[in-house]
Amino acid sequence: MSEEQKIIDNVTDSDYKWGFVTDIEADEFPKGLNEDIIRRISAIKEEPEWLTEWRLKAFRHWLTMEEPEWAHVKYPKIDFQNIRYFSKPKQKPQLESLDEVDPDLLETFEKLGIPLDEQKKLAGVAVDAVFDSVSVATTFKETLAKDGVIFCSISEAIKNHPDLVKKYLGSVVPYTDNFYATLNSAVFSDGSFVYIPKGVHCPMELSTYFRINAMDTGQFERTLIIAEENSYVSYLEGCTAPMRDNNQLHAAIVEIVVLDNAEVKYSTVQNWYPGDKDGKGGIYNFVTKRGACRGINSKLSWTQVETGSAVTWKYPGCILQGDNSVGEFYSVAVTNNFQQADTGTKMIHIGKNTKSTIISKGISAGKSNNSYRGLVSVAKGAEGARNFSQCDSMLMGDRCGAHTFPYIEVNNNTAVVEHEATTSKVSDDQIFYLNQRGISTEDAVNLIVNGFCKEVFNNLPMEFAVEAQKLLAISLEGSVG
Amino acid sequence: MLKIENLHTNVEGNEILKGINLEVNRGEVHAIMGPNGSGKSTLANVLSGNENYEVTSGKVTFDGKNLLDLAIEDRAREGMFLAFQYPIEIAGISNATFLKTALNEKRKYAGLPELSAKDFFDLIKEKSKILKFDESLLQRAVNQGFSGGEKKRNEIFQMLMLNPKLALLDETDSGLDIDALKVVSRGVNTFRSKDNAVILVTHYQRLLDYIVPDFVHVLYKGKIIKSGTKELALELEEKGYDWIKEEPAEIN
Repeated sequence: MSEEQKIIDNVTDSDYKWGFVTDIEADEFPKGLNEDIIRRISAIKEEPEWLTEWRLKAFRHWLTMEEPEWAHVKYPKIDFQNIRYFSKPKQKPQLESLDEVDPDLLETFEKLGIPLDEQKKLAGVAVDAVFDSVSVATTFKETLAKDGVIFCSISEAIKNHPDLVKKYLGSVVPYTDNFYATLNSAVFSDGSFVYIPKGVHCPMELSTYFRINAMDTGQFERTLIIAEENSYVSYLEGCTAPMRDNNQLHAAIVEIVVLDNAEVKYSTVQNWYPGDKDGKGGIYNFVTKRGACRGINSKLSWTQVETGSAVTWKYPGCILQGDNSVGEFYSVAVTNNFQQADTGTKMIHIGKNTKSTIISKGISAGKSNNSYRGLVSVAKGAEGARNFSQCDSMLMGDRCGAHTFPYIEVNNNTAVVEHEATTSKVSDDQIFYLNQRGISTEDAVNLIVNGFCKEVFNNLPMEFAVEAQKLLAISLEGSVG
Repeated sequence: MLKIENLHTNVEGNEILKGINLEVNRGEVHAIMGPNGSGKSTLANVLSGNENYEVTSGKVTFDGKNLLDLAIEDRAREGMFLAFQYPIEIAGISNATFLKTALNEKRKYAGLPELSAKDFFDLIKEKSKILKFDESLLQRAVNQGFSGGEKKRNEIFQMLMLNPKLALLDETDSGLDIDALKVVSRGVNTFRSKDNAVILVTHYQRLLDYIVPDFVHVLYKGKIIKSGTKELALELEEKGYDWIKEEPAEIN
């Protein structure tokens, strides 16, 4: 067996460490989807009439849509009537403080390394935790409120800040956008809401942890971030799920609005359960993430490290409307065993002198398939638009696949669009070279992979970069044959 | 320090080394010469543990340990260093990070604490001076975009940094112009001491003008057929290999 094959087989054998199930009583809806279920979701959340109607419009539209099949992924058809669309941990309806949160839940978040307890606060990070369908606790609310920053669950925002929600919800990802986004619009259960007022530099990183726990439950969270003029926020998102034999659906939406001179950094470490080494189970991650740089000089950066999910379908995009606005996409996508990822970005240049940068690093191992799919579009009026794209693939072994599907549409001849792509292999020669300098194979693979991903890790906030590196190391654990 | 006894090695099913015997002591420099395909590089690779080379029989002792039982990285940590004929490029890892990792692995193995950043950079300063090694190369990815000469110089630089007990130099002179050859030779001569040993694998006598060996061995068809002192290299330069091929093999 070649060294490489050993590495791959050992990677394949490494365990998913976040696969525990928390035994918590939950209020669950019956399986299936119809207008009645949607009305019940809306009612249980005490939503205003306009939102119920909006959900129903989305649902009716969804019924006319077909599941997309263009992505380079294969999976059995999802039976949307066999999914539970709402699951809520049983608890007191109104939480006044963290003391009232179910201790089992708190323990779950402890296991995930998210100290919700403000006494043990994680240096400067405010956390919103979403467990199954419901936001459980948001920390640092008061500190943030001093600056006028709103950071809460979207359910709370609908109650307490209905005007903001009504103004922006669906304004970047309309309810007709695509099959999964439309489904989400109909059934979204919870998610995070962030509002940064004019001129405020958010004093801490904001973070959301998503956890799917209940069986046969889809998670449809919805996040809305609004950065007013001259504001700044860095937002982090982490995701885990228990190990289950059947596939679970996750269809989320993230909408971001960036106004004049504002900047939003959105970082994701996605570690949903990827299924076992035979390809059984795992999360279907069908997510729509999009931000609109509406203001002049506005800036939006997406940074993602994707190691989980059985199937990933995700294209965080930037609509560069404001003149001189900037969009960035930095991505590391790791697939292993039978995982499939079709991920990339969309950069839509509309304003003048808009700039976008795309750095995508795909690592495939085992029998996985990893595809980059990206669109760079330059509208007629986008004078001086500029894009640079770099898509690198790394293969480990010879049973996996890497694919690149770049789409470029340029309608303005002053635009400069560059695309570079490379494919490399972790070779026996490289491993031998590093071994010969006293570095073990496991450390050698980590060095090579971390080196390959460096440009992306450099864009993650410090604590997240460390977490991302650890996550990669764990994926490669036990790689010495 | 190194004792090779009746070493036989296969590569892809073909026997390349057919019974090598060689003893190398501290303070010695041995040159292994021979025509193309005689098994010179195979010897260097098999000693450092390259898994493309299969040892079919024989025994190798390194500093009292059975070398063939040691993993590649442990051979390195024990103090064996191979300067590659074709140094490998590794994207994304800076030369400095690579060296620091290698150095600390070796120190950890020896039960020593990690080198402080200051000590590490002092060491770099000291060693790069010897080789006129451009320090900007330290911030670049390992061997990536290096010229042929820079790659070879980088190998010798790593050797100086890691300070091995035994350095195997696999055709380090190939592809070097005369100035680079002088610099590389200076590196090796600075490294030479009574505590370590060097095995030079080379085609040409030219290198031996600068690094004067204590012993010269001629490898032909997988066997050492003649051993001598530095004068043997001069004789080879003058007469080629043909005259030895006809002589009966000399027994070590």
